[in-house]
Formats: sequence, C-alpha cells, structure tokens
Amino acid sequence: MQKGDRSSATEPDEGEAIAAVANADPAAAERFVRKHAGWMLAVAMRIVRDAHHAEDAVQNAFAKVFDNIGGFGGRSALKTWMHRIVVNESLMLLRKTNRSQTVAIDELQPVFDNNGCRIEDRWMSMETPETLLMRSDIQAQVNGKIDLLPDNYRIILVLRDIEELSTQEVAQLLEISEANVKVRLHRARAALKRLLEPLIRGQAV
Amino acid sequence: MTQAAPTLMRRIRGMMFKMPLMITCEEFDDFILAYLEDTLSAREKFVFELHLKVCRDCREYLAAYRASLELARKCGKEPDEALPPVPDDLVQAVMEARGR
Ligand SMILES: [Zn+2]
Repeated sequence: MQKGDRSSATEPDEGEAIAAVANADPAAAERFVRKHAGWMLAVAMRIVRDAHHAEDAVQNAFAKVFDNIGGFGGRSALKTWMHRIVVNESLMLLRKTNRSQTVAIDELQPVFDNNGCRIEDRWMSMETPETLLMRSDIQAQVNGKIDLLPDNYRIILVLRDIEELSTQEVAQLLEISEANVKVRLHRARAALKRLLEPLIRGQAV
Repeated sequence: MTQAAPTLMRRIRGMMFKMPLMITCEEFDDFILAYLEDTLSAREKFVFELHLKVCRDCREYLAAYRASLELARKCGKEPDEALPPVPDDLVQAVMEARGR
C-alpha cells in the first residue's frame, strides 16, 4: 500500500520509544519529540506553506500522538501512523490559512481542436529530469511552481505524488470521491507540467 | 520555438483518429493517469499505446508530463538527513503541552 521507509517493519527502538512515552518518562519523551519533530515539520510545511502554522500543526499532532499512543497497537509502522496524524492536523490548519498568489488551473490545461486533436507547440529539445536535477536551483524552481497551484489542486498533488498517500487515503482525508481525487490530480499535474515547461524545454534562465 | 501542427495536418489526423481502435488526443489524455498507474485493461492499454505510436504530439506531451512528475517527486521532499534542526521552542512547547 505504501512505498518507502514508512511501511518498513518496526524499528528496533520503536517499542522502547512507545513504552517511554506511554510511561511518561520525560527524558525519553523529549528524545522522541526531537527524533520525529523534524520530518513532521517538513510534512506540515509542504501542506500549509507557512512556518508558524506548520509548527502549530506539529504541536497538535504530538498532542494526538501522546493521547493515543497507548492505544497504538502497532497495526502499522509508528512513522506511518504519525505521518497520517500530522497530515490530518496540517489539513485542518490549511483550511484556516489564506494563501496569496495562485494561478487559474483552467488556463493551464491541454488544448484540443474540434476533432479532439492536441494543439501543442512542438518540442525541439527536452532536458531530462536527470540533467535538470543537477541544477542548484532546481528545488526552489519546482517548489515555487507547485506553490502557484490553487490549494484544492496543490494539496492533492502533494499528498499523492510527494507524501505518497494512496488515492483511497486522500479521498478519505479530504472527504471527496476517489474519482474526484484522480481528476484533480491529473489536472494538477497537467498544470504543473505547463508551469515547468520552460525549464523542461531548456528555455528557462 | 516551432508552432503547433498546422490545421490541415490536424484535420487529417482527426479523420485517422475515427478509425477502429483509434482514439483522439482528448480521449488519450483521459487515460494518462490510469496508464501511469497501470490500471488500464489490456485492450485499453493497446489502444492507448497505438495512439502513442501514431501521434507525435501526445508522445511529446506524455514525455513532458512524466518529466514534470519526476521533478515534483524528487524536488518536493528533502531527505530526512537534509532536514534543518528542530527549533528548540517547538520541542519545549510540545513538552509543556504534554505536561498539562
Ligand atoms: Zn494525440
């Protein structure tokens, strides 16, 4: 269901950490917070795009973790469980934030003529992702473009393509249908492709 | 920069796309997500790939779509080792909230 480290088997020190938190050992609890707060903050930042709100989301997430860790039966890896909690808390805060500059998603969709034929500029050259990834500014460039997407599209792209949640999980979190998740994901990706096109065509400065 | 294919060319391709087992670029576009997730039926996949063979515009489009997706996947997330240090005030706030 899930790729990457979050689905890996129980880490060796996981049981100790859970026990320490459950038994309210302050020193162990602080080690636990220091160990996990970094990646949780990064997840929250990707969703809420605001350092202050991201810290709030992480705080709320830890409150949920401490409240519920006693009942955490190891049904999934601890990190997977905590990841879902911080995603959920971030989404709650996102609803309260007002993000400024976004683009109109409709204007970035592919165009077709009356016969259903694609109308696109022909490609003379295309930079490979491998080449582009060597640019020092590539992260800032790509994240800057992702940021331009309206939240109801951006969030689907972030949760599916970056946080690697399944279509079903995203549908449940956002309380929308799986079909809706797929449609919005495709439109978000199409829009991002248009925004990244100057870079991929090798025309960007 | 080169222009899109001229109108006449597109009209000819539009006719071709009406032949059996052919789909239009617009229909092709609707299949992209499922194609990349490998959830198309064998027949749908055949039809999708047939369009890809005959349509340069969709080949280029799909290549750029994939490149953009890969950039988003690789750049969206920094590895755990590269994360900035956790702010102390955050750790403190979390610990204080826990004590309450
Ligand atoms: Zn086509």
